[in-house]
Amino acid sequence: MSILPQLIFFLIFAAAGFVLYKRITYLRRNIFLGKAETVNDQPDKRWKTMLLVALGQKKMFKRIIPAFLHLLIYVAFIVINLEVLEFIIDGITNSHRIFAPLLGSTYTVAMNIFEFLAIAVLVSCVAFLIRRNVMKVGRLTQPELKGWPALDANLILIIEIVLMLAILSMNATDQILAARGNDHYVLLEGLFFSSLLHPLFEGMSDGSLVFIERFAWWFHIIGILAFSVYITYSKHLHIFLAFPNTWYSNLKPKGEMQNMPEVTNEVNMMLGIPTETTQDPPAEIGRFGAKDINDLSWVNVMNAYSCTECGRCTSECPANITGKKLSPRKIMMDVRDRAEEVGKNIDAGLPGLDDGKSLLGDFITKEEINACTSCNACVEACPINIDPLSIILQLRRYVAMEESGTPAQWNAMFQNMETSFSPWKFAPTDRFNWADKLKEEEIK
Amino acid sequence: MAEKAANGESPEILFWVGCAGSFDDRYKAVTQAFVKILNKVGTSFAVLGPEEGCTGDPARRAGNEFLFQMQAVSNIQVMNGYNIKRVVTACPHCFNTIKNEYPALGGNYEVVHHSQFLQELINAGKIVLKGGGEFKGKKITFHDSCYLGRANDVYEAPREVLKALDVELVEMKRCRTKGLCCGAGGAQMFKEPEPGNKDINIERTEEALATGASAIAVGCPFCLTMMTDGVKNKNKEHEVQVYDLSELIAKDMGI
Repeated sequence: MSILPQLIFFLIFAAAGFVLYKRITYLRRNIFLGKAETVNDQPDKRWKTMLLVALGQKKMFKRIIPAFLHLLIYVAFIVINLEVLEFIIDGITNSHRIFAPLLGSTYTVAMNIFEFLAIAVLVSCVAFLIRRNVMKVGRLTQPELKGWPALDANLILIIEIVLMLAILSMNATDQILAARGNDHYVLLEGLFFSSLLHPLFEGMSDGSLVFIERFAWWFHIIGILAFSVYITYSKHLHIFLAFPNTWYSNLKPKGEMQNMPEVTNEVNMMLGIPTETTQDPPAEIGRFGAKDINDLSWVNVMNAYSCTECGRCTSECPANITGKKLSPRKIMMDVRDRAEEVGKNIDAGLPGLDDGKSLLGDFITKEEINACTSCNACVEACPINIDPLSIILQLRRYVAMEESGTPAQWNAMFQNMETSFSPWKFAPTDRFNWADKLKEEEIK
Repeated sequence: MAEKAANGESPEILFWVGCAGSFDDRYKAVTQAFVKILNKVGTSFAVLGPEEGCTGDPARRAGNEFLFQMQAVSNIQVMNGYNIKRVVTACPHCFNTIKNEYPALGGNYEVVHHSQFLQELINAGKIVLKGGGEFKGKKITFHDSCYLGRANDVYEAPREVLKALDVELVEMKRCRTKGLCCGAGGAQMFKEPEPGNKDINIERTEEALATGASAIAVGCPFCLTMMTDGVKNKNKEHEVQVYDLSELIAKDMGI
């Protein structure tokens, strides 16, 4: 037998591995364009969060229909990967269904489970396509999804459907060939779902069936390898990044804003409080707040690469619901787009971050961030614990402290607070006046 | 507080009144109601009076970290000076800021929201409700404030307080973790909303009115303002009232 198929398989496999390696290195570099931040406290709680939220899909189940359809695809993805292992061994050793003789009737059971899952994926993906393109579910058709994001979403679903059809056709033709007594093929004790396809193929000659079987096999394995590379360009990255994303997610109360210790020293000095730190001030004081992706934490950038643009955040955002420009999903997409732009810039030998553009201004406008009520609905809604609010608040800090560009009414509020220690203009000495009424009542 | 400290007293709790509780005409009534309850049950408490300053929450959310920390550090100095241990406040924004954000600046206190404190008093049998009061069997809906609910996971205390009143608690579709903001958080209270097709408080008020409740209960000064404005906007102010939890309790206690 010719060694050519093995060689071709090996080359394709190695090429895919190489491209994936390059892509992962690129993504890693882009994520670390964000500021260094050590996040490794409470490891037990972090593992638990990851198990519950990423592996256990806990937050998905706030919306039961998509959660169920998604669960089917998710379980299928994990289980069918076991079959891919067989594909790879078969490809390298030029064997066929190498596990069949080893596992005996268990193999048939496993194959039937895989076929059931393949059908489940098919049904779910068709349902998802209908939700997007026919029912036009609100959160899946909002303006920020025009163009590539919408195409990306549909492509993912179509690719998955085609891959599943390939598996089923492969099994169907394989079993017809085996039943006809071709010794290369292993007759199993019945594969239910693919047997439904038999009528399509039964009239064909052995030669055509072998061609279809082989074509489907190659199509499936090359398809999977190509898809894994495609994922690195797509919103579909969440299938891997959901795990680190939940592990590194915020464990503090959601209402707590991160402190800025660099401000505390100055405040203490202004108030005449001796500061504990006697060391020299840092040579270069960084920006206050965030203007671009390198001002954000790397966790914020990883959040952006993990986002699968489901829009649950935006559909719960009070500002978005009432027609304001803010969409938390768009904030995440903008961070990713900017990181991609800077990354490509750097790889092309261009100045990267110093390209005259920035996240704030060129991607996200003040009108968007000014509309946020910091209500944490978006954070609560995200099935993988992405935190758009953290980014919005860091951008606001830049606008307030570096640009003095906050809305006039906020400036007035600041002024009141500076002069009378209240956001409203009242004399601090009147703070206790509410008690007058009680005192009067007591006298009576 | 200054007085009590001078007399060598150390009260059980510091009641953090907050700016709205001190200056907002409507919320002053809430402060008064809560203080009446405290007096009635004999809780020893103090307020900072003119020594209290804004916690800095709106400044921080609007991006002005300097101003926030100026406020925070000054307040912490005052509170640490009086050796404050336990703080109760009727404002979820003050609650969140003092509880979660002051520790990083050297202010460590046990902080409870007044809904939690009222629940404590009810559970301890210190507040005895008539049960058959004005609100018995009436439909009341509770609006979750973001800084109490999602921000700090306090969902049940205010509901327990309402249940103690023997009212029929009706929930809005978006409640607890899915509660819709009144529109005032994140310093929005202090500016006009950005352009859109509706105000957030109207959206929320419509939802509250749809429950058929005769009163909307809140636990936050900003929510109280926003919901009251919303009800007025819908011309329902004669049928539907917006109350803070402590007002409902004080009414039932007949004080």
